[in-house]
Amino acid sequence: MTAQMERPQATETPGGESHARKWRGPGWGFLVKLALLALVNAFGMTAILSAWRAESWVILGAAVALLVIVDVVYFVKRALPLKYLVPGLAFLLIFQIFSFLYTGYVAFTNYGTGHAGSQAQAVEAALIQGERRVADSPDYPLAVVQRGGELGFAINDDGDVRVGSATEPLTEVDGAEVGQNGAPTEVPGWTVVPRAQVLADTALQEQVVGLRVPVSDDPEDGSIRTREGSTGVVYSSSLTWDPEAQTITDTETGTVYEATERGSFVSEDGERLAAGWYVNVGFDNFVRAVTDPGLAAPLLQVTLWTFAFAILSVVMPFALGLLFAIIYNDPRVRGRKILRTLFLLPYAFPAFMSALLWRGMMNSEFGVINDLFFFGADINWLQDPWLARFAALWVNLWLSYPYWMLVCTGALQALSGDTLEAAKIDGAGRWRQFRSIILPLLLVSTAPLAISSFAFSFNNFVIIYMLTGGGPNFAGSSEGLGATDLLITAIYQISGVAGGAADYGLASALSILVFLVIGAVSALAFRQTRKLEEYQ
Amino acid sequence: MTSPQPRALRSPTRRGRWWSEVGWKYPVAAVILFYAVFPLVYVLSAAFNPRGSLAASNALFSSVSLDNFAALGTTQFWTWMGNTLLIGGVAAIGAVLMGAAAAYSFSRFRFRGRRAGLTALLIVQMFPQTVAFVALFLLLLGLGEVVPELGINSKITLICVYLGGALGANTFLMYGFFNSIPTELDESAKMDGATHAQVFWRIIMPLVTPVLAVVGLLAFIAAFGDFVLARIVLTSEDNWTLAVGMYQWVSNQLASRWGLFAAGTVVAAIPLIALFLATQRYIVGGLTQGAVKG
Repeated sequence: MTAQMERPQATETPGGESHARKWRGPGWGFLVKLALLALVNAFGMTAILSAWRAESWVILGAAVALLVIVDVVYFVKRALPLKYLVPGLAFLLIFQIFSFLYTGYVAFTNYGTGHAGSQAQAVEAALIQGERRVADSPDYPLAVVQRGGELGFAINDDGDVRVGSATEPLTEVDGAEVGQNGAPTEVPGWTVVPRAQVLADTALQEQVVGLRVPVSDDPEDGSIRTREGSTGVVYSSSLTWDPEAQTITDTETGTVYEATERGSFVSEDGERLAAGWYVNVGFDNFVRAVTDPGLAAPLLQVTLWTFAFAILSVVMPFALGLLFAIIYNDPRVRGRKILRTLFLLPYAFPAFMSALLWRGMMNSEFGVINDLFFFGADINWLQDPWLARFAALWVNLWLSYPYWMLVCTGALQALSGDTLEAAKIDGAGRWRQFRSIILPLLLVSTAPLAISSFAFSFNNFVIIYMLTGGGPNFAGSSEGLGATDLLITAIYQISGVAGGAADYGLASALSILVFLVIGAVSALAFRQTRKLEEYQ
Repeated sequence: MTSPQPRALRSPTRRGRWWSEVGWKYPVAAVILFYAVFPLVYVLSAAFNPRGSLAASNALFSSVSLDNFAALGTTQFWTWMGNTLLIGGVAAIGAVLMGAAAAYSFSRFRFRGRRAGLTALLIVQMFPQTVAFVALFLLLLGLGEVVPELGINSKITLICVYLGGALGANTFLMYGFFNSIPTELDESAKMDGATHAQVFWRIIMPLVTPVLAVVGLLAFIAAFGDFVLARIVLTSEDNWTLAVGMYQWVSNQLASRWGLFAAGTVVAAIPLIALFLATQRYIVGGLTQGAVKG
């Protein structure tokens, strides 16, 4: 697709060229296209194979479909427009459209901490969590072994070396050698991982600690695990899973945990196993958002504040920017260009740095604002609910008024002089001119920008998260929401993607609410500008 | 700054009129200037303050040294800077190429589903990617199990995520611009035997360079300023971008790392400000056009 197809024109000889010399072979463009497609195919095939191995059928299907589409589009002569659309569409489909749809799906599940994965995974996790060291298990000298990226354990069972991995139960091997401390040092077919390497590599350590090598084909026999990579001990789970009855039984205490419709194992007296799976819960997340006592009140406050913040974040900077634009859109003022450039600086400054900078400046103890402008008073700018809200608006005003100044200056200069002239002749004063002519005309031309600015401020994560972190926290909020939290930062807090208990279901449900608001606002924008009619 | 025009000096009434119409704008400008520039002057002063604590930074320019800048070398700052430039740069180039190709397709070809496609893009671009970050996170968890390069904690993943938003955000801006290039140009090139690819690369692309620059710059700035997605995707410290890393500095031990933060801010922001001021005419024009005209 890249590069040119034409080679430099060969000088025409009057006698004419031979056919062989006329043939210029496939152009560079074709070769580049071929190379790129080869790369894409290689990557696609790898992905398909590993999806097959990992048994991820959805990813497998998507990868196959994408690869077929790409090959067809680029090797078939027709489908010209698609040749230009496919790369962008592929990314758009996977990383945007799919995630929107998936949000819609997750919102109706209880996906989150304690409900991650399928029921089979939950059972496996429950059994592992129920594992105890078998009381009379001997300590086996153990070595960590490796075969083509797969980890395993080799143990010395009274002189017999036995080796196995997570998928292969222990089997005896011949010809292994044992070192001084009894641990195997050489195992045929496997490479022994030196203990020093295990100790040095934390990622490997985690794998080793998590590795369970079944003692035999019978799960009841338990499995070998190790804590430090040099001795192995037999662990077995006191829990057993009965797929027919859908119950997990604790063989030691006799407690029976039944699978519930809510994706958990619960015993008769209400005790619940930590591991669960996610299930469809219908509108529960939405209902919880408005009825749960620890959640509903903070969320309502967060929603109100989000609207207030979004509206004020448009109105205040717009007003200030318009004021400055009117004042300095005056050819008699000297040095206008320099002044405008300087006024513009806050907008050019990266937003996240602005918020972090103001966070430091507004620090109650050491901040420069209190120190320089309030005579060292201890004003808690970011810890008092109302002051923090004011601070968020103030910082947002600082970094966004220049945008409106630019926009309004442009719009002012585009106003027709005739209309103003006419108003002047009719005897309109300055204020009258502004109110009846300039402002309405400006509002018409800037309304679409105001609407998109509203949508942006509605989700202005960076300012809030960097400046106040959503705090100060509401008293009694179960999810740690605070007075300056916007819906988007609340979603972040609830989702737990950055640590803490995760509730993907509730977070996605709130995302859908945000989508609805943005959708409504955008519909308004559509009607306003009639964009749809523009390209016919 | 407030030197009145020489003619105005002649009569007091003219001088008074000058003052009421123009003169007062200078002191007002000084006030605005203070509001606009004070934080920036403050951070510059803090960056050069060798004591590096928040409290010590309040005495502006009390002492000047390059200690903080030297200390940046002992942190991961330059790694983060490199990551940011790499991720932002690749995402910007990718966004420009994909957006331009899509705009070319919509502007020059007539095909079934063209209008529907444009409408769909217009709708999709209204919804910011960040709102769906939970689903995106879960998607990446799943993808990572199959293709580790596309999982959590990979810079490639983050670039791909940014590219996912490229088409929606940029196609419209470019589509309008592409439409303003007369089709006679490509038709005459086709007459001379040029293929569609040649028309795209040799005829159209050179003519739309301004809009390519704007889209590239906007995409770069967006990637530079993104926090949520970068925070979710990049988990290990040597993969972080500036936004994630510097947030960490300020959220932990704000008071003691203030000098480092200030120095890092100055280093990272100055090129960006210069770039922005040099191109602001195009950027704001582009923003306005994109929003008003689609």
